[in-house]
Amino acid sequence: MNPELKFTDVAAELYAPQKRKDDLKGFEYTYRAEITSIYPLTEMETLYRIQVVDPEERRRFAFTPGQFLMLEMPGIGEAPFSISSSPSIHGEVELCIRKVGNLTNFLPRVKRGTHVGIRGPFGTGFPMQNMHGQNVLLIAGGLGLVPLRSPIAYVMENRSHFRDVNIIYGTKNPSQLLFTYQYEIWRKDDIDIEIIVEKADKSWKGPSGLITDPLEDILSGRDSEYYHNTYAIVCGPPVMFKFVCNMLNEFHIPMQKMFVSLERRMHCGMGKCCRCNVGSTYTCLTGPVFDYWTVMNLKEAI
Amino acid sequence: MIFRTFEKQELKKLFEILAAHNRIIGPVETGRDRDGRPVYAFADVTDYDDVELKYSITKLPAKRFFLPFKEDLSTFRIENDTWQKEISYNVDRPLIFFGLHPCDINALNKLDKVLLHSVYPMPYYAAKRENMFIVGMDCIPQPYCFCRSMGSDTALHGFDMFITDLGSRYFVEILSNTAFNFLKNIKTSEPGEDDHVLYMKVVAKRNNEFTRHVDTTDLTKILDMEFQSEVWKEWGDKCLSCGTCSSVCPTCYCYGVDETVDIDLKGARKTKMLHSCNLIDFAEVAGGHNFRPGRENRLKYRYYHKHRGFVEAFEESLCVGCGRCGESCLADITVPEVIDSIRGSGRNK
Repeated sequence: MNPELKFTDVAAELYAPQKRKDDLKGFEYTYRAEITSIYPLTEMETLYRIQVVDPEERRRFAFTPGQFLMLEMPGIGEAPFSISSSPSIHGEVELCIRKVGNLTNFLPRVKRGTHVGIRGPFGTGFPMQNMHGQNVLLIAGGLGLVPLRSPIAYVMENRSHFRDVNIIYGTKNPSQLLFTYQYEIWRKDDIDIEIIVEKADKSWKGPSGLITDPLEDILSGRDSEYYHNTYAIVCGPPVMFKFVCNMLNEFHIPMQKMFVSLERRMHCGMGKCCRCNVGSTYTCLTGPVFDYWTVMNLKEAI
Repeated sequence: MIFRTFEKQELKKLFEILAAHNRIIGPVETGRDRDGRPVYAFADVTDYDDVELKYSITKLPAKRFFLPFKEDLSTFRIENDTWQKEISYNVDRPLIFFGLHPCDINALNKLDKVLLHSVYPMPYYAAKRENMFIVGMDCIPQPYCFCRSMGSDTALHGFDMFITDLGSRYFVEILSNTAFNFLKNIKTSEPGEDDHVLYMKVVAKRNNEFTRHVDTTDLTKILDMEFQSEVWKEWGDKCLSCGTCSSVCPTCYCYGVDETVDIDLKGARKTKMLHSCNLIDFAEVAGGHNFRPGRENRLKYRYYHKHRGFVEAFEESLCVGCGRCGESCLADITVPEVIDSIRGSGRNK
């Protein structure tokens, strides 16, 4: 008997993939993608349109609103970003990125046509189809509008499936407002949009205050038929979640119809690195979209 | 299950046959601590006489061989506006682990659950794990081990063969046909009734030697109930947030990913480095918001992951009770004491 052990090559056909989530080779698989457009939105945020290069892969790359992907610039870094574009377009995503770190400060310096890597899409999405026939409240604070832009696009493309749709969006000051060029288009699609800023400046004509002010106005004018048939999607900084979700709760919006998207700094996106754990739940696998019941059961979620 | 016994000198023969063809990792003495006690480590061994089969415990677990502290996930060749990505799982040959204790074998079984048998299995771990041959070895309970409380004092699977010292000879449990075939190279015999009796006696004696225990009954619920307990603050005040517990832990697998550009600017690499949830930046997000800013938040999270989250996901704790973290902790924080205090905090109110 030969006492020499045989080397097992896990990349060999012995481990033929069943589906991507069991596929060992899929773990570090990167789609090569091209930055096709760079569109500055504010001083801090830029919108990047990114397209998967290979036509076959482009057809395959599909996501649901609320999911995120990992964007990689080789040698610079890799980080998670919410997908901010319509789910009906395959193989092309828009990412709205604020300059805050290594990778995000490098990105504004690259030119159109640069190749980046994308992995994903990862995580859970908003259950848009369950919302058919219902009212929808989309509540965003600050950068929270970025992940909401994907469900907004879905609502616009399927407007007849939804009843009343309200967007409530607040930022600290008017210069931080994102996607200002789209508000009129959204309104034309019979989507009501309320914008509020915390600190108004001279140029600001709209209301100022907290995001809960317009929310309360909208909710208090409604009846229980509305509350029972309304889905709410909330996205923003942790402090906003508490106040907004409490208010929705007071008006008896059903807990399983309230969805939040949590922000964490994933390093893998696949339930391995533990960097995104909330209590003991992986935000990248069970989230980033959670219903409010789940969030209430998570320690230190918001 | 197949059992055999063999004379003690046969083990050396087996080692030498295996060592002639394979790389072997075993426990060796690397020095003495300030009290004169031997310090053990898992290292490459080629000479059977270097293997310390009666070792107490190694300071560091064997994880650097299957979860290296630092490893490249991929490398890139950069060409103008594009790049080529190359992936290597960083392993090229099988490894024999000679003399792993039940706690370290159970640690591998636990890691398997999250790294192999969940969604997105991790190929870097799988490639190393699939190329392991494990010779388990019974241990001598130490004053800091609480593995019996964690159900990790015996290994039911996750090894190829497991050796128990019966005093005059070795008793071996064979789990893989590779091990069965290897054993054909030495003289073994079928155990008789007297061997069975002797084995049970040895096991019973060892069971009585465990002195450190911790009550884990209902721990998942108690951790939830006592989430706001002042006790966490007290432990947080002691904790230095140095991350030593994670680096000596046989089951800590959390990591971070960094990318660097090679010095010639023609290449780049994506590197995975094990991280510790006790380090300050573990839960920091872009823009600087930290979800666990205080030492007590991070220490508490560590217990939540090990003793609640993992239990929720896999019906068992992520702690094997080896006691390495407590032994290495500069602030003398031990798992049994922390858990006891959390259980006690409810009673004192």
